[in-house]
Amino acid sequence: MWQFIRQLFHKFGSPKWFYGIASKMMPWLLAIGLILLLAGLVWGLAFAPAERLQGNSYRIIFIHVPSAFLAQSIYIMMAVAAVVTLVWRMKLADLFVRAVAPVGAVLTFLALFTGAVWGKPTWGTWWVWDARLTSMLILLFLYFGVIVLMSAIADEKSSARGVAVLVLVGVVNIPIIKYSVEWWNTLHQPATFKLTEKPSMAPEMWVPLLFAVLGLYLLFGWLACLRMQTEILKRERRTRWVRDLAAAGGN
Amino acid sequence: MHPIRKKRLTIILFLLAGLAIAVGLTTYALRQNINLFYDPTQIASGEAPLDARIRAGGMVKQGSVVRSDQDLTVEFEVTDFVSSVTVRYTGILPDLFDEGQGVVAMGRLHPDGVFVADQVLAKHDENYMPPEVSDALEKAEASGARAPAMNQ
Repeated sequence: MWQFIRQLFHKFGSPKWFYGIASKMMPWLLAIGLILLLAGLVWGLAFAPAERLQGNSYRIIFIHVPSAFLAQSIYIMMAVAAVVTLVWRMKLADLFVRAVAPVGAVLTFLALFTGAVWGKPTWGTWWVWDARLTSMLILLFLYFGVIVLMSAIADEKSSARGVAVLVLVGVVNIPIIKYSVEWWNTLHQPATFKLTEKPSMAPEMWVPLLFAVLGLYLLFGWLACLRMQTEILKRERRTRWVRDLAAAGGN
Repeated sequence: MHPIRKKRLTIILFLLAGLAIAVGLTTYALRQNINLFYDPTQIASGEAPLDARIRAGGMVKQGSVVRSDQDLTVEFEVTDFVSSVTVRYTGILPDLFDEGQGVVAMGRLHPDGVFVADQVLAKHDENYMPPEVSDALEKAEASGARAPAMNQ
């Protein structure tokens, strides 16, 4: 088992190998992801029952929660990739960070925006400087920082290291986002979904939500593969295999 | 693992641990600034400043809401089930405002102990259920059956 993981890990050192594997996985990620996300959204937005206090305005949760989940998961994945960049100097890990940082920024923005739209009718305000909202805004700025730093350093190797250090420093913010609603008193409610307890939400609401979350994860996987492939082609454009690929019409 | 890589990994782990401790201590020291509101117990024990605009948060006590006949002024008690504080507010309340629901009020604590608010926000809890389920729960509670505590 350990041997297998090691071998797989070493394979990630080869952009060419990853390019091929990604091409094989992408149609599946796209198809299953789209089906799950669409099913979750249609079910949640049109067919799930209204909420007893919030009525229909709670339905924004079907967009808010998947984006907020992904926004934080993507950052954690970036942090893992940053460790790999710093310790093993693996190019593919740096490519991953570059490919997904803008995706994470967009999803963080979406989570903040849908939260504000929901907050106005529910709380009575668009924004309040509580710990959850503020730490999420910091996450958005961290993503912006990573994106800016990515293009600020021309040298590939020092750029990779700088970006990785910034990503790692920012990962401290993730547990703060997660536990902000427990450590401090906030306007944002505590977590509805906990690993150890059953969700404090009716099943006819959380099942479509789960579909939407899984669908968005898969779609993210597809987008990450696509963006990494693009970056690989750009960086390896002078290599034999990319030239052969281009000559064969990109297949 | 290659010794150089092992060394790099150790350095990274140490730096991360140090960073986490630093941020942890800072946020711990600033916890009263990070808290969005004072709860009624803190206000009752005099922890909340009298001369500043503060937020008070808690649950609206059952049966405590008194509306004025003249204008939009409303008085209610905010409780954390240990102490409670009377809040007076003139204005439109959010839709979710109700007895037994969470609120966060912003305003000043007057020397007579009444909290005069200029903004009242409703706080939603983590429970989501369709109306039929909550109706069934209330019915079960009314008939004396043991219902799970959904609102605390």
